[in-house]
Amino acid sequence: MALFPFSAIVGQDELKLALEIAVVDPGVGGVLVFGDRGTGKSTAVRALAGLLPKMKVVVGCEYQCDPTSDRAQCPSCRAMTGTPQVAEVSVPVVDLPLGATEDRVVGALDLEAALTRGERSFSPGLLARANRGFLYIDEVNLLPDHVVDLLLDVAASGENVVEREGISVRHPARFVLIGSGNPEEGELRPQLLDRFGLSLEVRTPGDLPTRVEVVKRRAAFERESGAFLEKWASAETALTTKLEDGRRRLREVQVPDAAIERAATLCIALGTDGLRGELTLVRAARAAAALEGELQVTDRHLARVAPLALRHRLRRNVLDEVGSTVRVERAMAEVFPP
Amino acid sequence: MTADALEAEARWCDAVTAIELLGVGPTQVGGVLVRGWPGPVRDRLLDWVRMVCLPPLVKVPVHITDDRLLGGLALAATLETGRVVLERGVLAQADGGVVLVPMAERLEANVVGHLCAALDRHELSLERDGFTGVTPCRIGVVALDEGIDDERAASALADRLGLHVDLQPLPPRSTPPLLPDVDKVRAARARLESTSVPDSLVTALCEAAVQLGVDSLRATVLAVAVARAHAALCGRAIANDDDAAMAARLVLGPRATRFPETEQAPAPPEPSDEPAPEQPPLPEDRADDQPPPDGDPDEGDLDAALTELVIAAARSAIPDGVLDLVTAGRSVQRGPRSAGRSGALKASTSGGRPSGTRAAVPQPGERLNVIETLRAAAPWQRLRRRAASSRVEVRRDDLRVTRFAQRTESLVIFCVDASGSAALQRLAEAKGAVEQVLGDCYVRRDHVALIAFRGTHADLLLPPTRSLVRVRRCLADLAGGGATPIAAGVDAALALALEARKRGRSPLVVMMTDGRANVGRDGTRGPAGQGDALASARSLRAHQVRSLFIDTAPRPRPQARELAREMGATYLPLPHLDPRVVSSQVQALTQAGP
Ligand SMILES: [Zn+2]
Repeated sequence: MALFPFSAIVGQDELKLALEIAVVDPGVGGVLVFGDRGTGKSTAVRALAGLLPKMKVVVGCEYQCDPTSDRAQCPSCRAMTGTPQVAEVSVPVVDLPLGATEDRVVGALDLEAALTRGERSFSPGLLARANRGFLYIDEVNLLPDHVVDLLLDVAASGENVVEREGISVRHPARFVLIGSGNPEEGELRPQLLDRFGLSLEVRTPGDLPTRVEVVKRRAAFERESGAFLEKWASAETALTTKLEDGRRRLREVQVPDAAIERAATLCIALGTDGLRGELTLVRAARAAAALEGELQVTDRHLARVAPLALRHRLRRNVLDEVGSTVRVERAMAEVFPP
Repeated sequence: MTADALEAEARWCDAVTAIELLGVGPTQVGGVLVRGWPGPVRDRLLDWVRMVCLPPLVKVPVHITDDRLLGGLALAATLETGRVVLERGVLAQADGGVVLVPMAERLEANVVGHLCAALDRHELSLERDGFTGVTPCRIGVVALDEGIDDERAASALADRLGLHVDLQPLPPRSTPPLLPDVDKVRAARARLESTSVPDSLVTALCEAAVQLGVDSLRATVLAVAVARAHAALCGRAIANDDDAAMAARLVLGPRATRFPETEQAPAPPEPSDEPAPEQPPLPEDRADDQPPPDGDPDEGDLDAALTELVIAAARSAIPDGVLDLVTAGRSVQRGPRSAGRSGALKASTSGGRPSGTRAAVPQPGERLNVIETLRAAAPWQRLRRRAASSRVEVRRDDLRVTRFAQRTESLVIFCVDASGSAALQRLAEAKGAVEQVLGDCYVRRDHVALIAFRGTHADLLLPPTRSLVRVRRCLADLAGGGATPIAAGVDAALALALEARKRGRSPLVVMMTDGRANVGRDGTRGPAGQGDALASARSLRAHQVRSLFIDTAPRPRPQARELAREMGATYLPLPHLDPRVVSSQVQALTQAGP
């Protein structure tokens, strides 16, 4: 099925920004998208696949190893002598369907080979296919806890270690985890929330013109996807270029001491626990600057990404009616007076 | 004809049209949500589905397992041949046809998830039992919602089914005034591809949706698809006002959460208890994307008239309850309950959720995990197999047993005294403790329910939910005042606790009151109140429902302590109450078993 073009998504600026940041700096630590039904959360995430820049991979490697890096390679690529054959492929966006069995997520004994040839070989799972790309879980709040724990562990360590059925495999699994869900159907444990880099809540647009535009585009896409994709092709190409430029520029972006201090002040004002929030805030601001074509992080970049990086790290007060976004905004108004 | 007969006739016509539209484009309209009990009326409707829709018609039983739904290793064949044989799941088999889901209100969350994924993507991606792949799955879904009271089909599924039909008001002997036209549907199916919906209709449907309080944009997209299918059904290449009106009636009306204004007025702002969302600016390319609005004044009037027509059509299909709630000054909860008594989060009742497997010989009551056992046996087949045998050799050491999470799910029932002007004040003082308990429930993923009692009776304000958002809202909205019917509160808590137990959850009642009852079980005020409260408390204990009694009085009195004792409750007086003590008590009580 054809994918709805990312640039044809009406509004949802924060969601788009979060995803673009994750493309520019995969190290930012994953994105969690919560929101009402029918807001097009999954449409936006899946649409990413159409934009992602190409990457170089070792031909024949099941883990899409990077030929230019010695680190983070799978055992067979490490053992390879001579120059590997190189191919260009799109950065993968792998969907983790609800009901995926654990063996398909982490990989397992190749049943076919075992049954027919009596061989004990490893059949890589979704984590292998997502290496160097994105792993998307819709309804992340409905996934069994042990699977979510496992995914977050692998996402944090960048390595998948499989010890089962007498198989012992260790392979690179660096990916950006993107989760989405509807909070009305069950919330995510706070321990898990904190492990996502960025989080946001999408809402159904309330104003009529925006709603009309969303429905028209959706209907046009569903009716004649070919013509629709053609119409948006140039916008998509422009966006891909912007993301490629951002990736290239990221390393050149300076983070002045003043910006780091600002980030710390904001985190203290909000009482976020630990250093994670601060670190993510600075990283995300740097990626935002790179996306804008700037070479230095400023207050504006910090302010733009602060809600994304911090709102899910506030100490939770279950009876407090004030939403976390409002709390971040209040703290920002104090730390960055207009 | 009487008004009732007219009403029945209109309902039958809607049902016929809905089934015809399903037959025209099942993947386009998503499907039909049918509310009503099993019986001759519903049977007739299902006969029509068989008659009008392209096969296959595949039924999904309510407790279907993932491997049957999605497909996976075909065990018998695999064992027989000694090689991996895969079996198609029910959903893949339904490609091109219709999936019938009886008892949709009881579907497990995973089944809902798979149906939704198929409806969204028209294909299934599978990662199961060593098999990876994508299979086409272009389906329409007919969901039969037999829920009583608050029970509803999961909102995720209902949202994706364009047509909502309510058969409940039809008497069992009622007969339809007309039948679906199979030839017309067949012709329309061929025409659908070339049928279009003009922008003016799209705008009118959007506006109608806003005025009716239909929040989900997916519903509006489906309304456009239904208008298109209806145009095709009527032989029109371009949809007109009638098609939009029918779409409003069948798609938007049943989803309405408020009554539109009668006067032609600009759409009121969305009622919202959250901070207003930032309005996203429209993208800059919007100008070249659509024709600029022309200045013809008639055009505007025409559009307004069209919207009015569309809303009028939807109005007649607004469910009865909506108006009552609107006049009572409340807006209806958006969409059907998603985590209600049988909602999307219905827990697996087979002794907790599976959490992996372990190597062991199954004991009585344990389940052999066949796939994992085969996996364990697989590597050794070459060595074990005797010459010319293709049997799979399974040894004792290969056996794997499904391991279930130890703890059954808990339901914490807050039973809150909202009587007297000071009750809420005292509740606010207990806030720290409530917060702690809620926080704990949240971390442990327990369900929480809220009962409040005041005046003459107790109300279930919040059926079991895992959504803290809703608990928080509900507590904040709590109204106080009136007499103190403790007996009613305890009875309501007991009823809910017993029901939870039937569903495999272990209940805990957290009672919050000062224990001074002055209303009896019969709702009359008087000294009988205290005696009745004690009697209710004893029956809670007799059913062995665990409980915690938080005495909210500023100066604790003996009545409360006595009540707690009769309930068999752990008694905690509020003054100097340490939230951590409450927390550890709740933890101890919920983990102690059923
Ligand atoms: Zn490799």
